[in-house]
Amino acid sequence: MSDDVLRIRTPIGIKYQYSAGPRVSSHLLGLMEGRFVGKRCPVCELVYMPPRNGTCAKCGALLGEDVEVSQRGTITTFCVVNVPFLGQTIKIPYVSATILLDGADMGMQHLIQEVDAADVRMGMRVEPVWRPREEWQPSLENVMHFRPTGEPDAPFDSYAGHL
Amino acid sequence: MSGGTSEYSIAADGSFTAPLELSYPYKRTVGPILSRFLTGLRDQRIEGTKGSDGRVHVPPAEFDPITGEHLTEWADVASTGTIVTWSWQPAPVEGNTLQHPFAWALISLDGADTNVLHAVDAGRADAIKTGMRVTARWADEPSGSITDIVCFDLTSGSPA
Amino acid sequence: MREVAIIASAQADNTSTTTSTPVEMLIPVIQQVLANASMTKTDIGFWCHGSCDYMTGQPFSFVSAVDALGAWPPIIESHVEADGAFALYEAWLKIQTGEIDTALVFGNGRSSSGDINRILTLQLDPYVVGPLWPDDRSIAAMQARACLESGVVTERAMAEVAQRNHRNALTNPKALRSGDHSIEALMAAQLVADPLRELDCPAHADGVTAVIIAAGDRARSLVARPAWIRGIDHRIESQNLGNRSMTTLPSAALAAHKAGVGNDKIDVAELHAPYSHQELLLTTALGLSESTTINPSGGALCANPMMSAGLARFAEAATRVMNGTADRAIGHASSGPWMQQNLVCVLEGE
Repeated sequence: MSDDVLRIRTPIGIKYQYSAGPRVSSHLLGLMEGRFVGKRCPVCELVYMPPRNGTCAKCGALLGEDVEVSQRGTITTFCVVNVPFLGQTIKIPYVSATILLDGADMGMQHLIQEVDAADVRMGMRVEPVWRPREEWQPSLENVMHFRPTGEPDAPFDSYAGHL
Repeated sequence: MSGGTSEYSIAADGSFTAPLELSYPYKRTVGPILSRFLTGLRDQRIEGTKGSDGRVHVPPAEFDPITGEHLTEWADVASTGTIVTWSWQPAPVEGNTLQHPFAWALISLDGADTNVLHAVDAGRADAIKTGMRVTARWADEPSGSITDIVCFDLTSGSPA
Repeated sequence: MREVAIIASAQADNTSTTTSTPVEMLIPVIQQVLANASMTKTDIGFWCHGSCDYMTGQPFSFVSAVDALGAWPPIIESHVEADGAFALYEAWLKIQTGEIDTALVFGNGRSSSGDINRILTLQLDPYVVGPLWPDDRSIAAMQARACLESGVVTERAMAEVAQRNHRNALTNPKALRSGDHSIEALMAAQLVADPLRELDCPAHADGVTAVIIAAGDRARSLVARPAWIRGIDHRIESQNLGNRSMTTLPSAALAAHKAGVGNDKIDVAELHAPYSHQELLLTTALGLSESTTINPSGGALCANPMMSAGLARFAEAATRVMNGTADRAIGHASSGPWMQQNLVCVLEGE
């Protein structure tokens, strides 16, 4: 019978107190000051920016000292997003890129704007565009997006080891 | 997901913390046995399945606990029963059908051989005892869910 | 059957709050257990992890937990959505296949991230029980009342369990709580979920436990006195509370029988009984006599780090075999409402 109960709704809602941990938090504090603060692995000495969950996955080690890295970096890889999805806040098409900041050993994910999607390329040099200071939170969202600096492209060899 | 960085605080060791709420809007298909049971609740009727040993399972078992066979035989049970055991919930939580202090109980419905877990609106902890008789209180707007029984009420004149 | 032994363990201090990420919590304990066995990560043949995403509040959190292991070059790893003790069972089976000789097993959880009594509701039947949102304490309290009213346990016996565990925890620096309480004070304490009082209930904690197991001669070469796993068995009962015994633990009794608990005397039993009345039911189910020392660590009443409390019991039992204070010990882990699942392990010295 079509009138029978065939499905039930069983929503689950759970409240948590999320903690970023002390190592990621020094990075978040840096963002509130307009700085990119990463962390160095004491074993392999690679600089994580952002410092993920406070650990170096390769070594299974807790990350060590703070390392402030440059505000400029290189696009190591990117994709052009043409697909709309729930919660999307940016007009398509847009570019999501992995950016290797100068002084960091890990690429970070961010948006590329102020350039035609078709002109974005590997090796392109970029810099952050920060939101107004009064809007800053402990979040990478303080950076609205990255944009080209106009410098010459970085040679492939300079980031080939980070792909 | 809700919550976020706007409500953050900083712990003694410098860790940023913030409230986070995870919500999973699950919908579940219930299968033929629970479909009949829940459809019955919507119509203020309680039914159970009969096992190979003749025992009546409420909520209905889909498979016989002894033989593992599909159960297909049904039996009507009453919306009245007896408290088998209970505990006191002094501070109801989100999702409880009652939002004032109440008892949790396992209830042996008349005609059933297994126990149903539900809330009993007993008022005070010293008003409820094992062995008391209870009656289902039905929801005004049934939806085909175990919560179509809001709770059980102590039957007046109930033997302690 | 291959001979397998626990050869090392390490535990984090149990805490009531933690600001570190779950992976940050894991790393010191993983490093400690390797150091305790004088091993490095390349000596480990298999890694097995127990945790719960609902508790962490992070779907697929077990994937990031691998970051604690230094999984480069890639390692052989597995995960169970259960206490680390059940991961140990998987690792023991893996050694039985002959594929590997050593395994590092770990369990972790940060229950302080959320309301653990509510999160445990999610282990109940989601169709006709979960929608009512009964919490873990209330469900345990219904079992306790059935035990009290049927005469299987008494309030005094429950208080004695609470007293002994809290006294034992005085000498366990990792316990979350401990104390020397009089029976009178325990029985006069306020009811938090009638008929349960606060010290009848588990001391939910944030914690990590790691254990290394090894086969035969490999184990002998690594430590002087390995804790040999002479029997291990896991049994489960129905999820349907309305069709379960409230006053006995058939799954624990069967697991104990299959693991050979009754074959000889037991010096020490580390039991994962979250509530005081459950320890009484479990002692009966396992057939333990008064000559057995129960929970010298203080047990789950004094620290119940969800997802590692069972593995911590294995670690505590193994430590006592390895240091010679026990010749034959039980490590026990449970899971689910009313101890729906029971894993019993018999450990012996040589």
